Amino acid sequence: MKFRHLLFFIVGIFFGIVMFKSEVVSWFRIHEMFRFESIHMYGVIGTAVVLSAIMFILFEKFKFKNLDGNYPKYDPLPWNFKRHIIAGTIFGLGWGLLGACPGPMYVLLGSGYGIFLIVVPSAVAGAYLYGLVRDKLPH
Amino acid sequence: MTESTSWLDIISQPWSWYVSGAAITLVVFLNNWLGKRFGISGSYEVACSLLGAGKKISFFKRDLKGDIWIIAFVLGSILGGYIASQYLTSDQAVVISESTIAYLNELGIAYPDADTRGLGMVPDTIFNLSSPKGILLAVLGGLLVGFGSRYGRGCTSGHAINGLAHFQLPSLVTVIGFFIGGLLMVHFIFPWLNAL
Repeated sequence: MKFRHLLFFIVGIFFGIVMFKSEVVSWFRIHEMFRFESIHMYGVIGTAVVLSAIMFILFEKFKFKNLDGNYPKYDPLPWNFKRHIIAGTIFGLGWGLLGACPGPMYVLLGSGYGIFLIVVPSAVAGAYLYGLVRDKLPH
Repeated sequence: MTESTSWLDIISQPWSWYVSGAAITLVVFLNNWLGKRFGISGSYEVACSLLGAGKKISFFKRDLKGDIWIIAFVLGSILGGYIASQYLTSDQAVVISESTIAYLNELGIAYPDADTRGLGMVPDTIFNLSSPKGILLAVLGGLLVGFGSRYGRGCTSGHAINGLAHFQLPSLVTVIGFFIGGLLMVHFIFPWLNAL
């Protein structure tokens, strides 16, 4: 365990608190979002996207260097409509059902909702399943 | 209200969406500063590798040394969830819209009572460890999220936030997929599953 990993652990704690306090871990907020009945979730994600986009533009402008002295380069994923629309839809079905995406799953596990003792290993199993059948899927 | 309002009282209030969005951006910044991209679902792949999946499936073969950061991050977020739920809750449930409350009521899901802790976070009257149906739905949901996030190479953090902020078309398509799936689930499939 390096010092850097301790820093990631601390950022993770902050992330967990942010996920909880921003209410994006709320199953009810996700239901409300998919019913278009509140600005909340759109506001949270929208603000994060716009501010992050501005941040990345500033990174480029001022040649930002991370702790390792490197520019934080983004390697784009190759364009593949079929793969991303199918994968996104599968993910969305799960997100709508559980009201939690991967970050919130961990956070809710820590918050003491017992069902996430089942949800998290199931998600890992889902990733394993993908590894198992990926040769047969459109990529 | 007490005479002195401590910082703990302030952060324990519900956060507005713009404060929340700014706080998430700070996490994106810290990840970049520490030399990694913002993304959570890669941790599932790492978990598979840790459990030895790389022996059978080459996709999971990886040098785990480069992945310790995400394990640390995930463990931190679990602790963060504990801290927030224990020490930083406000005294009322999440304030969702009246129309969502009325709709859920029609489904037989009372708000906020469906969350026995009264937080408005998880309807644990449905999703709990002593309900076989709840467990089945949890397994199904987990499998869908895990599978979809690896097939699409990212989840809400990696695509909806980091990818969109980099103006990535593959991320936009993935997010459109999130909505196709989410809308289908919430409007058609969940009401049916819930009534079973």
